[in-house]
Amino acid sequence: MTATSTSRPEATPRPAVSRRIAAWLHPRRRVQAALLLVGPLGWLTIAYFGALFILLMNAFWEKDAFTGNVIPFSWSLDAVEELISNPVYGTITLRTIGMALLVTATDALLAFPIAYYMARIASPRTRRLLVIAVLMPLWGAYLVKVYAWRTILQENGFLEWTLTPFGVGGPGLDEISNSWLVFSYLWLPYMILPLYAGLERVPHSLLEASADLGGKSWTTFRRVVLPLVFPSLVAGSIFTFSLTLGDYITPDLVSDAKFIGNVIYDNSTLGNLPLAAAYSLVPIIVMTIYLLIARRLGAFENL
Amino acid sequence: MTESRTTRLALKIATGIVLAFIYLPLIILAIYAFNPSRIQAWPPTGFTLHWFAEAAANPAVTRALTNSVIVATFATAVALVLGTLAAVGVARYSFFGRQTISFLLVLPIALPGVVTGVALRTSFVTLGVDFGLLTIIVGHATFCVVIAYNNVIARLRRLPRTPEEASGDLGADTFTTFRRITLPAMRTALLSGALLAFALSFDEIIVTNFTAGAGTQTVPMYILTAIQRPTELPVVNVVALILILVSVIPVYLAQRVSDVGTTAGGRT
Repeated sequence: MTATSTSRPEATPRPAVSRRIAAWLHPRRRVQAALLLVGPLGWLTIAYFGALFILLMNAFWEKDAFTGNVIPFSWSLDAVEELISNPVYGTITLRTIGMALLVTATDALLAFPIAYYMARIASPRTRRLLVIAVLMPLWGAYLVKVYAWRTILQENGFLEWTLTPFGVGGPGLDEISNSWLVFSYLWLPYMILPLYAGLERVPHSLLEASADLGGKSWTTFRRVVLPLVFPSLVAGSIFTFSLTLGDYITPDLVSDAKFIGNVIYDNSTLGNLPLAAAYSLVPIIVMTIYLLIARRLGAFENL
Repeated sequence: MTESRTTRLALKIATGIVLAFIYLPLIILAIYAFNPSRIQAWPPTGFTLHWFAEAAANPAVTRALTNSVIVATFATAVALVLGTLAAVGVARYSFFGRQTISFLLVLPIALPGVVTGVALRTSFVTLGVDFGLLTIIVGHATFCVVIAYNNVIARLRRLPRTPEEASGDLGADTFTTFRRITLPAMRTALLSGALLAFALSFDEIIVTNFTAGAGTQTVPMYILTAIQRPTELPVVNVVALILILVSVIPVYLAQRVSDVGTTAGGRT
């Protein structure tokens, strides 16, 4: 039917070939889908999964003792053995995971009041403004934000200027707590937005029913609101956790404690690719486990 | 209303504090850009536009800006084409493994950026690819595709299919229907996807650091190296202010043209 349709006045005339292809494609939905997906999936396979595969192989290849270059297909467990035998890598792994959990908890606590206010108390106009206000700094200027905190935390910075009247000194740029503060700052919007969306979906009637049945505010919150928005909380935590797990710029700029990302970056640029590759399996495995748990908790419907 | 007056007031105050926490560092940095003193110390000593002229005359800054614009433009172009194709394929067709494919497509932003970075760097070294603008673009495209895909698929899921079916019934072929019905309906989603991908690419550093060679610098890379040199900090402040504007304005515009909520989601 498509091939025989009469051309209407507003239809642009097109060459017969394109019409014949369209006519041939029309009943073949699978071919259409395949043609649409071959480009993006091909790209993803080569540029992303291909790269991950090469990374995986590098973790088990040997390094030339003189040149430092990796010898392809020279299978060896050197890098893995070094990771296991040297306790410093275990410490760094635990430190990074601990930090990621701490940042996630901090952001959940900070995000709840503002998300609740946005979703349930603010007028529609204020709500729209707040969404934009939270969203604007979400993606932009990651490095600039870290740099801004650096200027705040450093000697003679804003924080020291604020604290000096109270007889307290500035934190300087060494403390690991700086990393905690800046990570929590950076990823906060990622927690606010899913939480806001989740809270907005909680039916008002349930809150009224809970109140009618004698539930106090706190009881209603704990027994009704919290269980309903828990999946959204987990959805937000995927970002706060994953982004903390892989960051190496922030810890480098505001403190002197090393994280998983620092080890990976330093080794990959300073010539120990197998070690960097082997160590990057840690965040991949940790994140896979985290995503599997998150899926069980129903977070994926709330992303 | 089930919330008491006290609760509402407390929430209002907490919201204000969190918003202040979000914006204070950015405001402080913006103020520093106009600070005449070479030394980075609070409070600022006055007001000057001198450092803007200095930044404009700095060859490293202009080179980094040019590089960033080139990279962001190409990464966005690749992302729009591939992301849109994938979104139409996943949203408008049903086939075996569709759920898996939609999960795999967002994996590049679910896994930490350091993994993408080290994987690409290792691959380029293993395959003997020279580092430069092209390798940076490849790195950026991996996550920009996801941004475009997310924006377009969110729109497609909301769009009714009836206009497309009507178009087919009226005799339009597959291409015509796409060109005259589907494409116009998702135009704003494409625009917001492009703006966000551009902003994200312009600002990216975690992956870029791995995939840029020694000779090529983007704006964030310039900032990262210049931070270590105290004499360059006044110029860094100006570049940082520009970077805030370049990456924040697109997010604001994207928000205006698209529906609330679709722009949520991850980055690297």
